[in-house]
Amino acid sequence: MRQNRSDLARHWAHDIYEVFRAQGVSMVSYVPDAGHVDLIKLCEADDRMRAVSLTSEEEGVAFAAGAYLGGKRAALLMQSSGVGNCINMLSLIKTCQLPFLTLVTMRGEFGEFNPWQIPMGQATPVVLSAMGLIVYRVDAPNEVRDVLEAAVSLAFGSYCGVAVLLSQRLIGTKRFVEEK
Amino acid sequence: MTQAPHLNRREVVTALLAGRSDLLVVAGLGATAWDVASVADHPLDFPLWGAMGGAAMVGLGLAFAQPSRKVLVITGDGEILMGMGSLATIAAQRPRNLRVVVMDNECYAETGLQRTHTAFGADIAAIALACGFPHARTAREADEIEPLREDIHQLDDLFLAVIKVAPTDYPKALPPRDGAYLKNRMRAALLGPQAVFE
Repeated sequence: MRQNRSDLARHWAHDIYEVFRAQGVSMVSYVPDAGHVDLIKLCEADDRMRAVSLTSEEEGVAFAAGAYLGGKRAALLMQSSGVGNCINMLSLIKTCQLPFLTLVTMRGEFGEFNPWQIPMGQATPVVLSAMGLIVYRVDAPNEVRDVLEAAVSLAFGSYCGVAVLLSQRLIGTKRFVEEK
Repeated sequence: MTQAPHLNRREVVTALLAGRSDLLVVAGLGATAWDVASVADHPLDFPLWGAMGGAAMVGLGLAFAQPSRKVLVITGDGEILMGMGSLATIAAQRPRNLRVVVMDNECYAETGLQRTHTAFGADIAAIALACGFPHARTAREADEIEPLREDIHQLDDLFLAVIKVAPTDYPKALPPRDGAYLKNRMRAALLGPQAVFE
């Protein structure tokens, strides 16, 4: 049986969007991922928010730093494969004690079909921790809102980098071959 | 054959920042940050000591957060080459209050004068135009600096300027290197003293 998770996906993406609105996150930058599609649409449809498409994920780290210097809150949306692109740029977050929030849709884990996603997916929490970020992981849709609220408060209240990993189990394993 | 770059980078940066009033400045790591610090240690400057390739995107975030202020990103050829994709990202957004100035000495001066790609013909102004920047140009002579200064302070549109400068090594003029201090200092100067209580 092919599982249809689209209703669920809409639900938790709305939760994230509402937390952004409630807590003043007014800018998002992203390298798109299928797992972020609903959230990106919600942000792009809201003219009080600014959504910036990036060529590579590390741009979003520097962008968030600049936004905070100017008094605004930004979040970076990316897939786990983009985390490796950010490593050195995350120096900025730790060195300057900058608030930083990233939402990472996971590949290379739960039920992954593409072996090329495994190395960066498995390294993602390790790499983020090594660069000084606090890492949360969400597996269940009903946990998304609570974790997001805590992550935003932590990042902007305590001047630190926080990553929320949206697990492959939550977003639905990408299928390349139709199951019979 | 184009003449070797001869402009004095310290004189150029001093001229560009004259009468800066409330201009916000992000300085890319290395010689450009020292150039900016040699003019003054200004609270509205954010000099980078690392995060190579990130200066332009710090500028974009700042420009969006402060749409009524002009934001100058001033950086080197090596730094902008590492973040070349950010030129496409910035052009797609076209923030009218952002300007990017590249101090191009055609080498990595901090690490032993190894030649950068601009020494072999990579044309950063042409790259910016090809990315969609509405305006970009390369300055080689002293009489091009004052018009550029006026554009930095007055032009109501995104632009990039490359300034070809001599690869001379000047005495280091170091800005503060405590990132948390630089962050809080800029936010307090820009947003008011209450910013550090947020």
